[in-house]
Order: sequence, then structure tokens, then C-alpha cells
Amino acid sequence: MPESAPSGQLDDRPSVPEQRGTDGPYLRVDDLRVRFDTEDGVVRAVDGVSFAVERGRTLGIVGESGSGKSVTSLAILGLHNPKRTTVSGEIHVGGRQLVGLPEAEVRRLRGRDMAMIFQDPLSALHPYYTVGKQIVEAYRVHHPRAGKREARQRAVDMLGRVGIPQPARRFDQYPHEFSGGMRQRAMIAMALVNDPDLLIADEPTTALDVTVQAQILDLLADLQAEFHSAIIMITHDLGVVSQVADDVLVMYGGRAVERGSVEQVLRRPQHPYTWGLLSSVPSLHGDADAELVPIRGNPPSLINLPPGCAFHPRCRYADRNGDRSRTEVPQLGPAGEDGHLVACHLSADDRTRLYAEDIAHVGVAR
Amino acid sequence: MSMSPVEGVALAEIDSGGGGADAPKEKGFVGRSPGQLAMLRLRRDRTAMVSGAMLVFFVLVGLAAPLIEALYGISPRDQFQAKLDGFGMPLGYAGGVSGDHFFGLEPNLGRDIFIRLVYGLRTSLLIAFAAAVITAVIGIALGALAGYLGGWLDAVINWITDLTLAMPFLIIALALTPTLTLRFYGERDAVSPAFGVGVLIAVFAIFGWTGTARLVRGQVIALREREFVEAAKASGAGLAHMLFRQLLPNIWAPILVSFSLAVPQFITSEAALSFIGVGLTEETPSFGRMIYQSLDYLQTDPAFVFFPGITIFALVFAFNLFGDALRDALDPKSSR
Amino acid sequence: MSVETVEPLLRVRGLTKHFPVRSGFRNRSVVRAVDGLDFDVRPGETLGLVGESGCGKTTTGRMLVRLLEPTAGSIEFAGRDITHAGRRELRPLRQDLQIIFQDPYASLNPRHTVGRIVAMPLQVNGTNPPGGIKARVQELLELVGLNPEHYNRYPHEFSGGQRQRIGIARALALRPKLIVADEPVSALDVSIQAQVVNLLRDLQRDLGLAFVFIAHDLAVVRHFCQRVAVMYLGKIVEIGDRDDIYERPQHPYTRALLSAIPDVTKLGPAGRIRLAGDVPTPLDPPSGCRFRTRCWKAQDICATEEPALVSRDGGNQAAACHFPERGPVEATPGGQPAAAPAGRGAEPAGQGAEPAGTGAGVEEVSR
Repeated sequence: MPESAPSGQLDDRPSVPEQRGTDGPYLRVDDLRVRFDTEDGVVRAVDGVSFAVERGRTLGIVGESGSGKSVTSLAILGLHNPKRTTVSGEIHVGGRQLVGLPEAEVRRLRGRDMAMIFQDPLSALHPYYTVGKQIVEAYRVHHPRAGKREARQRAVDMLGRVGIPQPARRFDQYPHEFSGGMRQRAMIAMALVNDPDLLIADEPTTALDVTVQAQILDLLADLQAEFHSAIIMITHDLGVVSQVADDVLVMYGGRAVERGSVEQVLRRPQHPYTWGLLSSVPSLHGDADAELVPIRGNPPSLINLPPGCAFHPRCRYADRNGDRSRTEVPQLGPAGEDGHLVACHLSADDRTRLYAEDIAHVGVAR
Repeated sequence: MSMSPVEGVALAEIDSGGGGADAPKEKGFVGRSPGQLAMLRLRRDRTAMVSGAMLVFFVLVGLAAPLIEALYGISPRDQFQAKLDGFGMPLGYAGGVSGDHFFGLEPNLGRDIFIRLVYGLRTSLLIAFAAAVITAVIGIALGALAGYLGGWLDAVINWITDLTLAMPFLIIALALTPTLTLRFYGERDAVSPAFGVGVLIAVFAIFGWTGTARLVRGQVIALREREFVEAAKASGAGLAHMLFRQLLPNIWAPILVSFSLAVPQFITSEAALSFIGVGLTEETPSFGRMIYQSLDYLQTDPAFVFFPGITIFALVFAFNLFGDALRDALDPKSSR
Repeated sequence: MSVETVEPLLRVRGLTKHFPVRSGFRNRSVVRAVDGLDFDVRPGETLGLVGESGCGKTTTGRMLVRLLEPTAGSIEFAGRDITHAGRRELRPLRQDLQIIFQDPYASLNPRHTVGRIVAMPLQVNGTNPPGGIKARVQELLELVGLNPEHYNRYPHEFSGGQRQRIGIARALALRPKLIVADEPVSALDVSIQAQVVNLLRDLQRDLGLAFVFIAHDLAVVRHFCQRVAVMYLGKIVEIGDRDDIYERPQHPYTRALLSAIPDVTKLGPAGRIRLAGDVPTPLDPPSGCRFRTRCWKAQDICATEEPALVSRDGGNQAAACHFPERGPVEATPGGQPAAAPAGRGAEPAGQGAEPAGTGAGVEEVSR
């Protein structure tokens, strides 16, 4: 409905309805580890990450390039090349443990129970088939008995549902005849055609313009309210996270450094890396002439991760605990509030004080 | 780093410049250029090292032919009729292999096969390298200009390329060589060996440049829109700077690979042309001529076929292996 | 428009770029990438050029440094017309006019050392700085926060942020007066973006540089630019001082753009204006006001008459709109009939075959 209006329209819908599942989280990831063997050495792309997503909730995974956020999502879908990749830990989707399951089993789940939206719809859609045919294919993989007409009807319905005008006509067009925003909508339609309970969106709006990004984010929220699915939103953009996420996981160097509700992580962040992200993001409000406060240094290479806390070379407070930051990997532990976890050697008192003194008044943290 | 002695020889020069894995730390801030990285990969590749060592050996033999002649004491034109039997066949086993004649003697004329092979190698390498260098220069020049400047120049060069490709190489080579020879020397004159070599190189040069030109043009077009090229343009760089400083250093890898694969192609072409008789004159030792002559003795004196055959095979094989290894080292993503 | 006493460093009038495209047999049409831009940049001033993809901002930047030949219009730099100047005529001006590119991976020649890359503008122009080229290059590397000892390293040994610093050092080599920065931070990680924005700000202040800063990220532009021009489909729809554009935007598109940016300071769905559909194709832009197909205020006049970029209150802010907005951005279009009836058919000059009502239909790629 909201996408069918022709021109600018007001959007004053409430936020995503809070519909907590009663039967435990739909997706639970426990101590996930993903390693690649490369020419230059072993890459620990994901190193012990745990989280859970309930139906109807959205988890935002935030991180920079090389933080392991995309690898995590590919591991959940079982899309890694098993020859060069070692995945360990546990991934429970709808009560089934996926790690170690035969490829054929995972393939049955993929698309039906869980689906993915990629960053670049042009490379994810096949250029030689019509958009409609690709959606029909995706549907019939999991509904082998569906007739041609039924599948087509389903695809047209989905195209209409994601806000593509004249879906019956658009069905027979090719991806290159769609604009960027329309392609992303078509890919969402393809991902949703089998009613998956888990939707993983990897930077779904990064390639889009802001006005189109706003449409797509609205669309995802609407669809979630309708289908009551669990969503993982992977992004580097804190703005996107603040807009769509219920919970946030901040990743750095393949590990989770902070986890909590969006309110906790963005309003009362506990990890110096999260502080750094918040203070370095330019804002549309406040003093435009104020200096941004960047995080010093560069993101680490996953092949050669700094010892101890991976963030310590860039952390302003790394020296406060003697050698601990350099020698001991901090574990994700309670950060004070219920459900808020942080992996940092600083004491809770220190964190509260430093945040109030140094961070709370700069950038978007304000 | 363990390596066989063969590898060690080829590596001697590389080692002195490259330094070990721990060198960067000692030397401070000296970066590894993409070329150095490719060299490192090449050094790790056993096939590349063995084929490279073979090539170095062949080239050294070719270069040192007069020296070998002096040491060996036999010239390629010396005839040893005394060592042939009544039918013109060499005495002794395996075509007359002995301490004096390493690879035996030719039937009929009684010339020493070893020293003729050494000189044949020299001729083949000279022709192949000269042709490859000339075609590379023509191809790079035309390809780079067409790709970078585009427009009507591109259209004209493309048209010439298509035209050249449409010409039947063999027929023209067959027709051209005797015509040219006739034109310069007349019916009965003795044709100088150098002239034959020159004509062959010219024929290869006329036909061989199209591949390189197309390759370079494609690469230049792909690079032309890259931002570092635009950065140079925005700084006011001229044509020469754009081509020689910015573009060519980025495409020497594929050029080198195509060069290393063109050389063996020219070696076999030379042999083939000599085989059908349009190549070199009788006095010039050449693989093609030797194989051509040896075919008459395939049953009576198989050794005469064997030695030139195995040499040309080893030479071409080594070139091809090295060319492939070079491609892998320069562009590790393409192969695996 | 702006009545300033300072002579502008860069004066652009009617700048236009049309790209011919061949679609089908003998059926030539043009992409109107940039269609008549007017703006000035004064010495030491930073002008932000913002807009969505396809609005022509990058094409504009390339024309300013003469990487692209303008179809029409004029570019005057330091009082001299450089619109069609050849390479030799441009040479003395090249030193004053440089560009920073978006992609830190594509913008550095992978076969050259950092020293050679930064020295390239000096060598190409035959400049021999006091103390020699090497000393100047090391000074530049230090200026952009790199270790001067890294002179001999190659680009692949640096991270994205460091590479962008190398690109900045190269642009500074000739001591330019104006730098065109084409999305200089959009390819960088969030934590690195701030480093580079701060660096550019420091350089701008310390060296008194003028900037044309091309970006799609309005938040970054706000932190860097004194003046902002908003582009849509090859035209400037609004131009003005930073505070005016961000606090009191007049053009509906500017408002929509600002509203669409996800705001970290507000949790939950933020922004109240939603534009439907995508930007129409510049192959066949809408008649009259180009934004009308997505605008909630569009009337008949918008399809027939192209609004001029004029100042309403005599100030520095000018918007090309028949029905400009007023007041601060928060109060946007509250009372306006924004949630217009879905079947708005009021497009008399509707050139598209698309029935109205599908705002999104306008973006169809024509064949």
C-alpha cells in the first residue's frame, strides 16, 4: 500500500510492531567460527560470534570492511566453499542445527526458510532471463508441484507486493530494463516468494540513492510486519541501523565487540569502537563546523590481527589496563543493563565516566 | 629455500637483486613492486624454473655457436665422406654417433649433425626473436595509438588489422619469398644466407603483429577510463607520458606473455616454411631443412630424424611452459 | 545572483554536456547529463555539489578540470575562459586546478611508487621545486599524514584511507587554488571517512584552497562546505549558503533529500517525506520542471514552464521552483496536500506514455 502512491507522501507509521515470538528465537548462532585457508595464511574471518533473532525482530550487524559481517551471513546460508572454508559452532534455524548438515539438506532450507538480499541486484539477477522467470524459478524450486500458471500468478503478486507498478507487464521484462531501485525490489520479491521466516539483507541499500533507500527500508519494515519474519540487516551505515534495527551487533576484526538493543548500543554505547563510530559520523544536526572525531589508524587485516583486543592499536584507552589489552582477548560480557553485552577490558565505571567525559558531546552521539 | 642446481643457475641474478623474505625489514621502507611480486611467484614455480633454465641453456648455446665450433673442431660445412659407406650412409651405430661426432653424420653429404644443430638453433632463435620483437613493437605502437586515441585512427588501424588477418599467410609466403629472391638475385645467382633470413623475418613481421595490436588495444581501452589515467590527464600530461609512463607499464604483463608464446610459434613456422622449401637456403643450417632432408632417411637412418626433432620439440615445449608459468606469475587470479 | 565584491575564481555559465547515444539503427538521441549550470566559486570557498546518481554532478566535475569537453556554456577560471582551451593553453592553469578521485584503488597507477605518483604533476609540468622533487614529495606526504619514508612503496601496500591521502597529496603537488573533489570519501570505511574529511578541512583552511566538493552524502557535505548546490537531472535546483540549504530549504527536492537520510540521532523510522519511484532517465527528462514527476506539489504550470533558478528574498539562496517551500525544515510539508490522491492525473503535458499514477513508471528505461 504505501508504495503505490505516485508521489511524495507522508509517512507517519509507527515503528515496526513489537511482536516477540513465544517459542524462542527463530535463529540462534552459537560461537560461530569461520576460517579460510589462503595462500598468505589462515584468515579467521569470524571468530566466536553468538547472537539470536526472533521472528518479527530485526538484528542490525554493523562493522567496517573486514569485520566479518558478510561472512557471518554467508555462513548462516551455508554458501561457503567447503574446500577452503572451515565453519564451526552452531547455527539453529527454526530449531534445526545447520553446521555439519549435508549440502543437500541446507539447500532445501535455503530459499524456503531463509533467503538473502544482496547489495548489488544487477549481479544477483541473471541478465538473460526475464525478472518474472527468475522469480518463478525460485518459487518452483521449493514448490515442485506448483503449476506454471500458479507460479506465474504468485510471482506477479510478489512483484506487486514489493511496489512494482504494473507487475504483470514488468514480469516479462529483463533486469536491465529495471532501474536500480526497481531491481532491488525485484530481488526482494524473489527472496520473499517462498515466505522465508529468516531474511538476510547484506547492505541492501548501499548501492541505492538516499530517496530510494528510504523506500526500500520502508518496504522491508512493511513486509516484516506482514510476514512476521526475522531479519538480519548487515550494514556499515549507523543511520540505517538506527532506522530499522531492534537489536544491534557491532563487529570488529571478526569478533563481536558489543551487542544489545538499538537503544542501548546507539544511546548508551559501551565499547570504545562504537564510541568511535558514533563520533566520526557526520551529522545533519548540531555544529557543522565542529571537527569530526575519527578513529585513528586503519581497520586491521584479518590475516594479521593484533594480539589481545583487536581494537587496541586504535583505542584511546588501551593503556588504562596495563598490558591486558595487548595480551588478553576480552570476552563479551554483561555491560550493566539487561541484555547489553560488551567485550572490553575497561571497568564499567570507567566506561560510564569516559563516555560522559569524552564522547557524549561529540558527533551524532550527542 | 631449497632448490635444485638447475634452478640455482637461473636464479643467481634474481637472488642478488630480490633479497630474501626478511629483506624488507632490514632495508627499511623499500616496497615490493608488482614486478618483484611476480618474480617471487615465478621463483616458487618449479615448472617455470626448469623451463627457464632450459631456455637459458638454449640461448647460451645459440650465442656461443662459433665458440662451440672452435672447441668442437668441426664446421657445419665440413663433409666427412670417408665416414660414409657405399650407399652414403654413416658408418657405425645410431647414424654414426661417436666421440668425434656427438650426434652422428648426415647421410650422403656427411656433415656433422651436432654442429649443424647448434647453428640451426642459432638461426631459429635469431629469426624467432627478431620477428617477435618487430611484431611486438609494431603491435604495441598501433594497438596503443588505436586504443588511446580512438576515433578515425582506431577505425583505420582496425581496418588494416582485419585486412592483414584476411590475407592467407601460407600462400603469400609461398608466393612472396621466391618472387623477392628472384627480384634481388636473378635466376642463377647464389642467394646469400642473410637474405633468406631477412625475408623470413619480414614475412613474419608483416603477418604477426595483429594479435599483439588487438591485445594492446583492448588493454589500453580498459585502462583509458581508469582514474589514474585521468589524473595524469588532469595534470596536463602529453601523449608520450600517457602512453609510456601511465599505460604501458600496466600492460607489459600480457605483452610479455604473448611475446613468450610468439617466439615458439615463429620457431615452428620457420621450420615449417623451410620444410616446404620457401624458407632458408641450403647452406644455412636450420631445423626445418634438416627435418625435411631427414624424412628421406626415416627408415634407413632414424637417428637423423631423431636429433633435430627432439631438439625443436624441447625448445618449443620449454618456451610454451615458460610462457604459461609467466602468465600465472603475472596474473595469479586468472588461472586458479 | 550573489552580489559579491570578490572576483570569483571559477565562473560557470550555462555549462552543458550532452552525450550522444545510439539506440537502434540510425536513431540517435542524447543523454542530457548536464543541462545549463550557472555557479561561481570564490577563492578559498568550498562549494558542495550534491545529488543522486545520474544528476550530472560527476560529469560537471570532469568538465571543470577539462577531462570532458563541454557541449555548451563557458568555464572561466581566474578571469580566463578555459572552456575550449587546448593542452598547451591550459598548462599554466593546470597548476591551479586539480582533481581528487573517488576510488582510491583505481586512481593510483599500480606500477608506480608513491613517490612517482605524487611527483607526476611536477614532472609533467616541468616544475622543479626548490630543494628538488623528492623533498617536495616527502613534504607533501607529511602534509597529508603519511610517513615520508614510504616514498618507495607501491599503492597495493596501503589501505584505502592511506591511498586516498596519496591521491590528495598528488592533487596538492602543484599548489592549486581550486580542487575538484569527486566523492573523495564515499568509498572509505566510516571510521576513515572522518579522518579524510578532517584532513581536507585542515588543508582547505591552512592553504586557503577553494573546493568543488562532489558528494551524494549530505551529512558529509554539511561538515565541509560553505555553500551547497543541489542537482537533479542535470540541473541545479537549489543553491545557497550551507545553513540556508540545511535549515531552510526551499526546493521540495532538497527537503525530500534531507528527509530521506537515515538519522542516527533518531531511532526508528525517521524522515517524513517519501518520494515515490526513481529519478527519470536523462535520455528523456520530463518537460518543464524535471522534478515534477516525483513532486507532491506539482501543478499544471510545472509541466509547461521550467522554473528559473532565482532568489526569492534577494539573498544568496536560490531555488528553481514554482512553489518554493518556506520555513525551517522540521515544519515540512505539514499542511501541504502531500499525501495527494494516488491517481493524480494532473500532468497535462505528460510526455510519458505511462499513465499517471505510477510515479515510478516514469523511470522506465526507454529503448
